[in-house]
Amino acid sequence: MKRHLISAADLSRGDALLILDTAEELASLADRPIKKLPTLRGRTVVNLFFEDSTRTRISFEAAAKRLSADVINFSAKGSSVGKGESLKDTALTLEAMGSDAVVIRHSASGAAHRLAGWVRGSVVNAGDGTHEHPTQALLDAFTIRRRLKGTGARGTGLDGIRVTIVGDVLHSRVARSNVLLLSTLGAEVTLTAPPTLLPLAVDTWPCAVSYDLDTELPKSDVVMMLRVQTERMTAAYFPSVREYSRRYGLDAARMGRLPDHAIVMHPGPMNRGVEIAAEVADSPRSMIVEQVANGVTTRMAVLYLLLGGTEFPAVAS
Amino acid sequence: MSASGHPVAGRDGLAVLDAEEIRRALTRIAHEILERTHGGDEVVLLGIPTRGVPLARRLAARISDFEGLGVPCGSLDVTMHRDDLRFRPARALGRTDLPRSGVDGKTVVLVDDVLYSGRTVRAALDALTDLGRPRAVQLAVLIDRGHRELPIRADYVGKNLPTSQREVVHVLLAEVDAQDAVMISDEGGRS
Repeated sequence: MKRHLISAADLSRGDALLILDTAEELASLADRPIKKLPTLRGRTVVNLFFEDSTRTRISFEAAAKRLSADVINFSAKGSSVGKGESLKDTALTLEAMGSDAVVIRHSASGAAHRLAGWVRGSVVNAGDGTHEHPTQALLDAFTIRRRLKGTGARGTGLDGIRVTIVGDVLHSRVARSNVLLLSTLGAEVTLTAPPTLLPLAVDTWPCAVSYDLDTELPKSDVVMMLRVQTERMTAAYFPSVREYSRRYGLDAARMGRLPDHAIVMHPGPMNRGVEIAAEVADSPRSMIVEQVANGVTTRMAVLYLLLGGTEFPAVAS
Repeated sequence: MSASGHPVAGRDGLAVLDAEEIRRALTRIAHEILERTHGGDEVVLLGIPTRGVPLARRLAARISDFEGLGVPCGSLDVTMHRDDLRFRPARALGRTDLPRSGVDGKTVVLVDDVLYSGRTVRAALDALTDLGRPRAVQLAVLIDRGHRELPIRADYVGKNLPTSQREVVHVLLAEVDAQDAVMISDEGGRS
């Protein structure tokens, strides 16, 4: 594995399987009386969050604490960033405090990559702008494998599994990371969205594209709904929320078109009634709560594999 | 082995135990476990991956043959509790698989292939503490090759094998390696 986790494209199939298999092993920890391992005792993980987040920050914090690492939480609100401190100065300050890994979320695409050039420890990208969110893709892949292939699927990829990713692909770092990782693992990915919500260069991505959700659903093993990210939208991408919801929202009638074994996923936070109907989100096919639980396990696997072994030789990358 | 008990130079590639001798050693250990635990009551066998796990299964099968007693058998991975994690790249985890009855109040017999520095066993004791509170913990190993670095000893030993630290002991088991044998080689490093 590389020293940082910036993009899902950094992971070879072997790396990705190692992370999923490690997560599978760590999942049994949740059933034990003591849900903690001593592995990262004495290591410090800094959560550097410049953008609002509930589940990702808490998930990384829980993951680091279950491995006995010390966790320093930093959020831009109430910090010197409000006084105009730059990302680099903030990073160097944290570095001076002795961090072994920095988990960063930032609204600028490429922030994690820049940070990796400034700090000595490992950098884990927890979402940078509209670029990537690799640990979300890992936890999604883990959830898919566990659900569709069972807990004994160690060492196997997602070969032949058809995944349809629906909605605001343009603003979604989750979609990009998922397309890269799921295709590395052998899944067949189809993006389904209105043409205005697809990135320009989508034809270079390792996936198919469709504009019609209803024809894709009967062929899907997994349907992944994306949040409509109104806070990132600077233009009118669709006529109205109601029209978007009628063509690309997943309601109970549409869910009925899925094969019986198919599962529904959403990275959260959900806009109930927009991209996903409440009755779908709360149905037994919905993996949304399971995704959150698997998030902690997967992030433990990532932190263990980045920090658990020999320290990487100090190189400026 | 020379008369003085010191390792003989130049036994590279030597088979120390063959399949038949491994079978006899395990049969004896199974009897000893039954004797020392007063009939194997409340015993749980936990193998340490990789090769401790098939050894634990073989012991359980023997105990079941002798006494008709189903002894719960599982595996205990110690990777996350090792003291040398920082000196090697992060490695893949083995499986931890506890019998449904758990370990609380039981006599846990840890099973491993080779006892050397004792550090793996220390890690296993730590890992076990996080899983429950056994009434007692015992240790069974196929080979005790000496050179302990911690105050740890085995309760059941298949064969005491004096070695030099330059030698490497390989335990081969049919479940993993397609044959049963214990080999010794002169590789000049720690296994």
